Amino acid sequence: MSVLAWTYLFVGVSFSLYLAIAWFSRVKDTRGFYVAGRGIPAPINGMATGADWMSAASFLSMAGLISMMGYAGGVYLMGWTGGFVLLALLLAPYLRKFGHFTVPDFIGDRYESSTARVVAVVCAVFVSFVYVTGQMRGVGVVFARFLEVDINIGVIIGMTIVFVYATLGGMKGITWTQAAQYWVLITAFLVPAIAISFRLTGQWLPSIGMGSSLAGEGVYLLDRLNEIHADLGFSSYTESFAHPAWNKLNVFCTTLALMVGTAGLPHVIVRFYTVRTVSAARWSAFWALLFIGLLYLTAPATAAFARYYMIQSLQGQADQDLPAWFRSWERTGLILWLDDGDGRVRYSNREDNEIFRSGPLTAARQVEIRAAHARWLVDAPGGADGRGVMRSLGLSGPDTDIIVLATPEMAGLFNWIIALVAAGGLAAALSTASGLLLVISSSVAHDLYFRIINPQASEGRRLVVGRTVIGLAVIVAGIFGIYPPAFVSQVVAFAFGLAASSFFPALLLGIFSRRVGTVPAIMGMVAGIGFTTFYIVGNVFFGMPAWLFGINAQGIGAVGMALNFAVAGLLTPFFPPPSAAVQRLVENIREPEDAGPALEIDSAPEH
Amino acid sequence: MPVSAHTPESSPPPPRRALGRYWIANLRLMALLLVIWALGGLGAGVLFADALDALGFSLGGFPLGFWFAQQGSIIVFILVILVYAVAMNRLDAQHHRDMARESPEQPR
Repeated sequence: MSVLAWTYLFVGVSFSLYLAIAWFSRVKDTRGFYVAGRGIPAPINGMATGADWMSAASFLSMAGLISMMGYAGGVYLMGWTGGFVLLALLLAPYLRKFGHFTVPDFIGDRYESSTARVVAVVCAVFVSFVYVTGQMRGVGVVFARFLEVDINIGVIIGMTIVFVYATLGGMKGITWTQAAQYWVLITAFLVPAIAISFRLTGQWLPSIGMGSSLAGEGVYLLDRLNEIHADLGFSSYTESFAHPAWNKLNVFCTTLALMVGTAGLPHVIVRFYTVRTVSAARWSAFWALLFIGLLYLTAPATAAFARYYMIQSLQGQADQDLPAWFRSWERTGLILWLDDGDGRVRYSNREDNEIFRSGPLTAARQVEIRAAHARWLVDAPGGADGRGVMRSLGLSGPDTDIIVLATPEMAGLFNWIIALVAAGGLAAALSTASGLLLVISSSVAHDLYFRIINPQASEGRRLVVGRTVIGLAVIVAGIFGIYPPAFVSQVVAFAFGLAASSFFPALLLGIFSRRVGTVPAIMGMVAGIGFTTFYIVGNVFFGMPAWLFGINAQGIGAVGMALNFAVAGLLTPFFPPPSAAVQRLVENIREPEDAGPALEIDSAPEH
Repeated sequence: MPVSAHTPESSPPPPRRALGRYWIANLRLMALLLVIWALGGLGAGVLFADALDALGFSLGGFPLGFWFAQQGSIIVFILVILVYAVAMNRLDAQHHRDMARESPEQPR
C-alpha cells in the first residue's frame, strides 16, 4: 500500500473513533458540559491532560526546534514538563477542592470582585485564541502535506470534527476523545523514533540510543554531531550556552517562564476539575506528566537522530543523487536548495550555505528569486545571488517542522509508519484545540453570561449558551486557521508570558495567603500583565531592544510574574484583609477532602 | 466542614489543631519537593549545566549537564510528583484518623 492509502486509512479510522466517542458521551447538564460530571478516573484524566497539553507545536515543531538549538532546546523540554510539578504541588489539588467550573471562577470568588473575574476572562480567552489558531493551522498543514488536499479544506474538515464532539459532549466528550487521541499521537511519535533509534544505534529505547554510539562506528552519536557542527560552522550541539542567542540568563528565564506559564494555562488547569476527589487530582497530575514524559523524553532523541540523518543524507550530494524525501518536501517549501554552481549540496552556518526554506514567501516571489539566481549563476544581466537574498530574509536552513514530518522518510521506514505521523499530528492538534475551545466557551458562557450578565439563567438555557459559544468559537478559530493573522506565530510566547504573569501569582496567593485582598491582587495582575505586554509587544513588533539585561520576549514572563508577586505583596499591608466568607473559603480548600465536606462540593448548589 | 473550625475561640478546638498540623506537614513536604524540583531542573539543567559538563563525567555519550537538560530533569519531575501523590495521600489518611480521634462526633 502507498503512503497516501495508509494515511487515508489511519485518518479515517481515528476520526470515526472520535465521532463514535462523541456520540456515546453526549451530555445533558452544565456539570457534564464544563467538568465532565467530575467522574473521570485519574489515569484517563492523565491521558486526556497529556493530549490536551501536547499540541501541534509539541508534536510537529518541538523536536525540530531542539534539533536546531541543541542544548538550548532543553528550555522547551524542562519548561513544558517542569510546570506540571508546580501545577501538581501548588494548584491542582486546591482548585479541585474549590470545585466550580473555571479559573476565572476561582479568581472572581477568592478576590470577591467582578473586575478580577473579567480580567481573568479576558486573559483566558486571549491566551486560548492565540493557541487554538495555531492548532487549526496545524490541522490544515497536516492535511495539505499528507492527504494532498487544499490546506483550507483540511481546516474545515478538522473544524467539523471538533464542532461535533465539542458541542455534543462538552468536557465529557472532549475528555474521552482526548484519551483516545493521546494513544494515537504517542504511538505515532514513538514508533518512528524507536525504529530510527534501532537502525542508527542498535538501541530500542530512543533515550538510550541518543547517548549510544553509532552502529558499526564506535563513535558516540552526540560526539559525531558535535564534530559535524564544528565542521559546518554551527555552534556545538551539546555544549551549554554555546548558541549565541541563548546565554545562561535567557535559558533560565525562558525555562522559568514556560514552567510558570504551563502551570497557569487555563485549559490545563480545568482538566483537574474533572476528577472525583482531591487525591485523584494529585494522581492525575502524576499520570499526566508520566504520559507527557514519554513524548518529551523521546523528542530530544528524535531531534538528534534527525539532525544526523539530515546532514548525512544531503551534504555533498549531486542533484541526481538527492534522496526521495528531499524531493517530496521540496515541493512544500519546507526545504529548498540554491546551488552555488558546483552541483553539490552544501548545508552550513556560513555564507556558502545552500539550504533554505520558503517561510512566508509567496510562490511568485520564490520563482522570482530562483530566476534571478539562475541568471546570476551564468553571469547574465539582472541576476542576483539567491543565497544572499534568502539569508538577508532570515530563511537559512530548513523549516523546523520538517524534522518530525520527514524523519521517517529520511530513515527509510515502512509506509505505514510514515502515514502514522499524519494521524498523530492531527490527534495532537485536535485534542489541544478542543480543550482550548472549551475554556473559551466556559469563560464566556459561564463566567461572563451566567455569573455576571444573567445569574437567573436556567440550567437548560446555560447549556444552550455554552453550546452556542463553543460552536461560534470553533468557527472563529477555523477562520483564523484559514486566514492566519500574521502575528500569531509571534505571540505564542505571549500566551505563556501572560499566563505566567497573570494567573499563576493570583492563584498561588489566593490559595496560600489568607491576607491578600482584592485591590493588591488586581493591581498585581495588572502590573504583571501590563509589563509583560509592553515588553513583548515592544520587542517583537516595534523593534524595542531587549533592554532588561537582554532577556528575550520568551523569558520576560518570569519577570512579569515576579513583578506581580512584588506588587501584590507590597500593597497588601495597606489594604483590608478579605471578608470572613473568603477566609472560610481559603481554609476550606486547604482541608483534605475526607476530613469534612467531601460531599459538599458535589451536592451543594453550584454557587 | 467541621462546624467548630471557624468559630473565633481563644484556644482552637481539636479539629482545628489537627488541620494546623496537617497544613504544616503539607507545607514542609511541598518545600522539600520544590527544592528537589528546582535543583533537578533549573539547577542541574541550567545554572550548573556548564559546570556539570566540565566535570568530564558522562553517561554514555551524554555530557552530564546536557543529559539533565534534555532527559534527567524530566525524570526528576515525574518522580517528584509521584512522591508527592503517595506522601500526601498518606498524610490525608493520617489527618483523617486524627480528626476521627479528636472529634468522635464528627460525621464522616
